[in-house]
Amino acid sequence: MSEKSTLRLIVLRVLMASLLVTLVGRLFYMQVVTGASYQSAAIGLRTHPILTPAVRGLILDDAGRALVSNRTSLVISVDRTTMLSKKLHGPAILTRLARALSTTYAALYDRLQLCGTKGAKKPPICWNGSPYQPIPIAKDVTPKLALQIMEHRADFPGVSADVETIRAYPAPYGVNAAHILGYLGPVTQSELTAQANQKLPAASQLQRTDLVGRSGLESKYDTLLRGFPGLKKVIVNRAGIVTGIASTTAATPGDYLVTNIDARLQAVVEQQLLAAIYRGRSQSDKTGVHFKADSGAAVVLDVKTGAVLAMASYPTYDPNLWVGGITTAELKQLLDPANGEPLTSRAMQGGYPPGSTFKISSAAAALKAGISETDAIPCPSSLQIGNRYFSNFESESYGPIPLSQAIVVSCDTVFYKIAYDNWLRDGGNHPIAHPNDYLINMSLAFGFGRKTGIDLPSESSGRIETRALLASTYKNMKDIYCSRAKNGYPEVAKTDPTRAAYLKAVASDNCANGALYRGGDAVNFAIGQGGTLATPLQLAVAFSAVANGGTLYAPQVGKGALKSDGSVAAIFAPKVVGHLPITAGQIGYLQSAMRGVVTSGTASGVFSNFPLGTIPVAGKTGTAQMPGTMQPTSWFASFAPADNPQYAVVVMVSQGDTGAGTSAPSVRGIYEALFGVTGMSVNPKNAIFPLGHPIAALPKISGTGVSEIAPGANPTGSASPSPSSGLVAVPFLGLVGWLARLRRRRVVPS
Amino acid sequence: MTHGYPVTFARSKPNDSNSASLAYVRRLDWVLIAAGGALSVIGALLVWSATRQWQIDRGLDPSGFLKKHVLDFCIGVVLGWVVSRFNYRLLRAYTPILYVLSLLGLIAVLSPLGGTINGSHAWIILPGGFTVQPSEFAKLAIILGMSMILAEKRDAENIPHHRDIIIAGTIAAVCVGLIMLQPDLGSTLVIISMVIGIIAVSGASSRWVAGLLIAVVFAGFGAVQFGFLKPHQVNRLVAFADPKADPSGIGYNSQQARIAIGSGGMWGTGLFKGPQTNGRFVPEQQSDFIYSVAGEELGFAGSSVIVLLLGVILWRGTRIAFRARDLFGRLVAAGIVCWFGFQAFENIGMNLGIMPVTGVPLPFVSYGGTSMFAGWLAIGLLQNVHLGSDA
Repeated sequence: MSEKSTLRLIVLRVLMASLLVTLVGRLFYMQVVTGASYQSAAIGLRTHPILTPAVRGLILDDAGRALVSNRTSLVISVDRTTMLSKKLHGPAILTRLARALSTTYAALYDRLQLCGTKGAKKPPICWNGSPYQPIPIAKDVTPKLALQIMEHRADFPGVSADVETIRAYPAPYGVNAAHILGYLGPVTQSELTAQANQKLPAASQLQRTDLVGRSGLESKYDTLLRGFPGLKKVIVNRAGIVTGIASTTAATPGDYLVTNIDARLQAVVEQQLLAAIYRGRSQSDKTGVHFKADSGAAVVLDVKTGAVLAMASYPTYDPNLWVGGITTAELKQLLDPANGEPLTSRAMQGGYPPGSTFKISSAAAALKAGISETDAIPCPSSLQIGNRYFSNFESESYGPIPLSQAIVVSCDTVFYKIAYDNWLRDGGNHPIAHPNDYLINMSLAFGFGRKTGIDLPSESSGRIETRALLASTYKNMKDIYCSRAKNGYPEVAKTDPTRAAYLKAVASDNCANGALYRGGDAVNFAIGQGGTLATPLQLAVAFSAVANGGTLYAPQVGKGALKSDGSVAAIFAPKVVGHLPITAGQIGYLQSAMRGVVTSGTASGVFSNFPLGTIPVAGKTGTAQMPGTMQPTSWFASFAPADNPQYAVVVMVSQGDTGAGTSAPSVRGIYEALFGVTGMSVNPKNAIFPLGHPIAALPKISGTGVSEIAPGANPTGSASPSPSSGLVAVPFLGLVGWLARLRRRRVVPS
Repeated sequence: MTHGYPVTFARSKPNDSNSASLAYVRRLDWVLIAAGGALSVIGALLVWSATRQWQIDRGLDPSGFLKKHVLDFCIGVVLGWVVSRFNYRLLRAYTPILYVLSLLGLIAVLSPLGGTINGSHAWIILPGGFTVQPSEFAKLAIILGMSMILAEKRDAENIPHHRDIIIAGTIAAVCVGLIMLQPDLGSTLVIISMVIGIIAVSGASSRWVAGLLIAVVFAGFGAVQFGFLKPHQVNRLVAFADPKADPSGIGYNSQQARIAIGSGGMWGTGLFKGPQTNGRFVPEQQSDFIYSVAGEELGFAGSSVIVLLLGVILWRGTRIAFRARDLFGRLVAAGIVCWFGFQAFENIGMNLGIMPVTGVPLPFVSYGGTSMFAGWLAIGLLQNVHLGSDA
């Protein structure tokens, strides 16, 4: 054999060796150097995450009574793979199931389509979750139907009856509190898209099937209440069939939110608000027209902390409407002005002219501006400002009176004069470079014109017409004013030429001087009229500040949070947002003036048989004129006990007649409950807070979620107590156990 | 690794004495047998692991594939033993017969007797679920045929005649042509490298070797360029160039195999414990992708042993070629080394993503009777050359 052949054989041997070395090198690189990345790729391939939703935390009142709890609902779910497989007789099972549920095969079939795939209907018809999760096709079914399906499992393979938790409203003492509690709604696509851009840990991420708080406490404290879902990683094979469980992480239940709301007080406040509404409707004006009393609100704050002890709005709605998804028709009802837009919380979202209750701010401004506490100011029946006459309510006159008396009798002309004098000092129609604007600035210091900072979403700021606001409004409106000044109001002229001429003159004036802060603006502002708007909550905050010596607190509904095991997760401390820029002596002066309102002033009639000696009450009535044909807004804002203020109570009724006539009696009713007043006697044992102040500590809850009534709460009362959270599920427990037993029994075929 | 090797009862001639039999046994290349046997045993375990869960899921016998594989192994060993005992001189005489039989087999595949598996019309389907892949036997026939021609009358000469090289090439080309009609790209590539290897070792001039290499490159380029390849073959090449092009489509096998192997790490998950294997994420994991099972379950430690054992076979094969008594024996041994070497490289390479996916089995390891028979027949041939070299 040739040398060449031997040489070539050596080459072959070297070649083979190098091929094998290449393989081993590549193998080493893949398995040892970069093995970890392949491992994670492999895990991703063969496991699918399935999320088990966390139980949402309850919302409790100050004593631990559940305002919002969870209840169990029987849900029929189907396994998608089985139902869509002809081999497993899916269509036949689905047809049988449709008959049992009194629906059609097509309707159930649509529920099994994955959202976004071809032919799928829009959510909530299509399935927004994982294809490996059982798909719920009927909620809140009767136990009878669930048992029927579980008893005949052979006829319904792939169908299961499960227990799901949904929101429930135990309504202790019959409370509604819908505007405070809020509601849940499904996650939106835009939220999921927004979330995709953040790098959140998996457990904090929203899932397509999640419900999130959409309003009220449910929205504000959503992350706290939501908890973290459990994660079950199932092992699937190449065909997508689940073959085992890789890992299971239990869900972490959401925390319990403890509120400052006291269910018993809230029930009383809701009843008293309703009483005020009916009182308003039963009264009629001079022309015999009944007051509409279309809406109203009532707020009770703890003046020492800003805690919201109760807050009600009329009209309200049943929060159960949102459970399991609201229908379009129902939502339309909630938003319909013809129904009074019950979705709007009048207490914090409604802006109303505060009328004479605003004088508390104007009086403070007067003191700040240098008017002494004893100065006598004339209170004529009317006052001429420029070419207009501004008159007192019902054109009364009291002669020269001090500021405090002007509050007691609610003399408008005194405040007109104060405002007008200050306006003139600021330069009148030719304002000085830096006007003092005592009244405007004092109202801002009282918290008007800005959000109170309550821990509820979508709060209204109200409106304080500052010079700057006037200028910016003018900038926006100038073209309209000037166009009307030029063209007049032909559409009005057809029916009422006089009014058209008047409107044209106003438009012409506005076109020329709309940005000017005029004497009439200043005068109207002093008595909470003109463009001034305030929410009942803002008024309660302002009165709380006067009551507590000058501190403005952000109202707080949330008091703290408890973990589901009962340990304290958070305590929400009071939040100071401002201080009144007046002296303690001046605050005392205002307090005593407001006591006078109740003892000898505009509200004395309402409190004539009230034990003011034990429970002194300070307050201020308001009867705010409304533009156009609307009837006046009725207000009564107050605090008590006036000698050591603890509570601030505000009641407002829109188109509800006078403050004294409509709102004040309800405020009185609230105080009677708060202090345990019966007739002229006071029994602290019957008081809502027998200790004389709201409950300080967080309530205790046991691991099972049943709360104990906290000390300092009054567990008995006129309203009937209702079972607390844990008890609601009891009728279901027997059934759940039965279902579980049925399931176990079927494991071993007989 | 001698179980199933019935040496004690070996009798090829009635006159043989016990001492002659013992001498035969002693003179066998036991290292080669041990390496082949070890690979076969590892292969059997991997085939079992690759199919056990799948069979259970389908309600079939969990060890169904294992039993068939062990049977194939036993038959293969017997075939190898028979071939090793052939008279070395008679081997050349039988070569034309073997070659013609192979051609008939390849033609039969193209006739209605043939069956299509994985886009390749390469099998003869026999009654009882048995299948035979004639291209595996054709590899043996080509090695023997070419070696016979190139070694003819050349014991005194150094360089083969051009005419002999052309005839030898034609012998291979006829088979390659028939195989390409199936089409079986993997076997074609293995045979081409075998042909070049045999011609090179025969001592042909460098111009022949270089010319053939250049011709292969041009032919390959032309085949892709002018559409001689079937769509599934082009797809495999595309998937090789860019494995992430379409993970659920053409690149799927390759990507799944690499994930399974990579996830094995240093020590693997342990036999029968590979989640990717048990989930059957890699298609054909008992045959062409058996190496992915080794990668996942045995890790680098185990799967490099497989490469090592293949190395032992190649080392013993070249050793036998060096020591062969004549050029024929050397060429047969060199041809077998080329065959095993390139086929193993192609198979493991495609599992590791460094070679395009073409359907060739891993010798001794992959499930499949024909491949197992051909492997052990080749071991038998090597033993025959080995025994003949000392005679």
